[in-house]
Amino acid sequence: MALFKRLAETERPTLTFTLDGQPATGLLGDTLLTAVLTCAEHLRGSDFSAERRAGFCLMGACQDCWVRLEDGRRVRACSTLLEDGQAIRRDPGRQA
Amino acid sequence: MKTVVIVGAGPAGITAARTLLDHGVTPVLVDESLRGGGQIYRRQPANFQRSAKQLYGFEAGKATLLHRTLDELATLVDYRPETLVWNAENGRLDMLNNGHAESIEYAQIIVATGATDRILPVPGWTLPGVYSLGAAQIALKYQGCAIGERVAFCGSGPLLYLVAYQYAKAGAKVVAVLDSAPFSAQCRALPALLGQPATLAKGLYYRAWLTAHGIPVHQGATLSHIDGEQRVTGIHWDQQEIACDAVAFAHALRSETQLADLLGCEFAWNALNRAWLPQRDAAGRSSVAGVYLAGDGAGIMGADAAQMAGERAALALLEDTGIAIDPRRPAVLEQQLASIQRFRHGLETAFPFPENWAAEAPDELILCRCEEVSVGEVRAVVDEGHWEVNRVKAHCRVGMGRCQGRMCGLAAAEIIAERSGREIQNVGRLRGQAPIKPLPFGVEVQP
Repeated sequence: MALFKRLAETERPTLTFTLDGQPATGLLGDTLLTAVLTCAEHLRGSDFSAERRAGFCLMGACQDCWVRLEDGRRVRACSTLLEDGQAIRRDPGRQA
Repeated sequence: MKTVVIVGAGPAGITAARTLLDHGVTPVLVDESLRGGGQIYRRQPANFQRSAKQLYGFEAGKATLLHRTLDELATLVDYRPETLVWNAENGRLDMLNNGHAESIEYAQIIVATGATDRILPVPGWTLPGVYSLGAAQIALKYQGCAIGERVAFCGSGPLLYLVAYQYAKAGAKVVAVLDSAPFSAQCRALPALLGQPATLAKGLYYRAWLTAHGIPVHQGATLSHIDGEQRVTGIHWDQQEIACDAVAFAHALRSETQLADLLGCEFAWNALNRAWLPQRDAAGRSSVAGVYLAGDGAGIMGADAAQMAGERAALALLEDTGIAIDPRRPAVLEQQLASIQRFRHGLETAFPFPENWAAEAPDELILCRCEEVSVGEVRAVVDEGHWEVNRVKAHCRVGMGRCQGRMCGLAAAEIIAERSGREIQNVGRLRGQAPIKPLPFGVEVQP
């Protein structure tokens, strides 16, 4: 199930990516956060209880939307635009 | 002349850059975002089609003008989007642009770092589907998305009604608006709010529109907790509940002051903002020579005031550099800013800070979402005799996580003050640290 719901700007070109290895699609101009949360329910696991998180502030302040790209880079999903063919991985988080 | 740097390309930073350029000074304009405009006038990606009217409503004209100014400036000043200033030391700024580290020496700097939502956590606030009010607005404005299918808006402040209205207007299902401020407070605030009748009218319009469209607005209603296991399923307040799959909440805004802190600015307690703010004179001069402050980053006054303060700070910088300016302009700007400040007092009466939040917060509530520190853990540290916020942070890691207390710092201070029996202004100020935001490993540093 998706968390976010698209209300406008749905006529944009489709981009494909993978989320934890599974094929998924987003739209040109989506942030990674939008692309993931319009087809899934979370972005990462928290650092001390592996609780699901899906971002919070969307303006680069809360640091709770980090995802991993294929090259190992960790990026803020809210402020990174989706590129075609990206492989996005969600960190499962850790239990204290 | 040495380099003049402006940090932040929102209403304050853009107007400051325009003013400097008009007087022959070409600044470096650094902004963390891709397209500038700040948060309230944030621009959608270039391939989106919605009109300014759809995005910014009554403010479409102002937003368009500001964006046009930035587009002009982009070719005339040294504009650096997608660039984070993460440290300031000895006249030098350390920056990060797309994984590349660079530094710049500055002679003068205008800090226009803006604001984020002020958050008072409630149980369940870390669940997927819970966002700040600002976040909910960004999802819609910047991405054309709602944060869920059935959205509840909670908290207080002007943004509460504005975002609920924008969602309903865009076709989202708004299940309820919970305003923690009682109606009586808004009546009391009327005399001060009438000083800015256009702004007041807009606020009343959003409220009336929601009611007219059958959206339940509950006043004096405080969100008590959010239900859900893997994601939001509902909210509770005053023995009432409603099912929903998304919640947006905040209590007004808080200033982003970390950079001013690293620049060595003196801070003072500001009762109106209920926060420590860098000190500034009416023109925007900080306590440090060559450092100027403008916009919401130096105290919450909104976008109109930010533009005026950006211009005023730039004029102060020019005056201090010995460059001639229109001698009548500063007084005009300062009068307008004083008028908005009176309105701001009215808003604080209309949407008062919920002073009982700290006493009512349950021990098991997660206060710090980065380090997952509970209210009870903070109280336990206070019970050991600690009452200074940085000291409490050292003991239990509240505010020590990746966001550096941006989300929980003010709430932590409220818990400490309530538990230790001190006034909120007497528990200290959470200090800023470099890097202001997390840096990736493997940053390429220029020699």
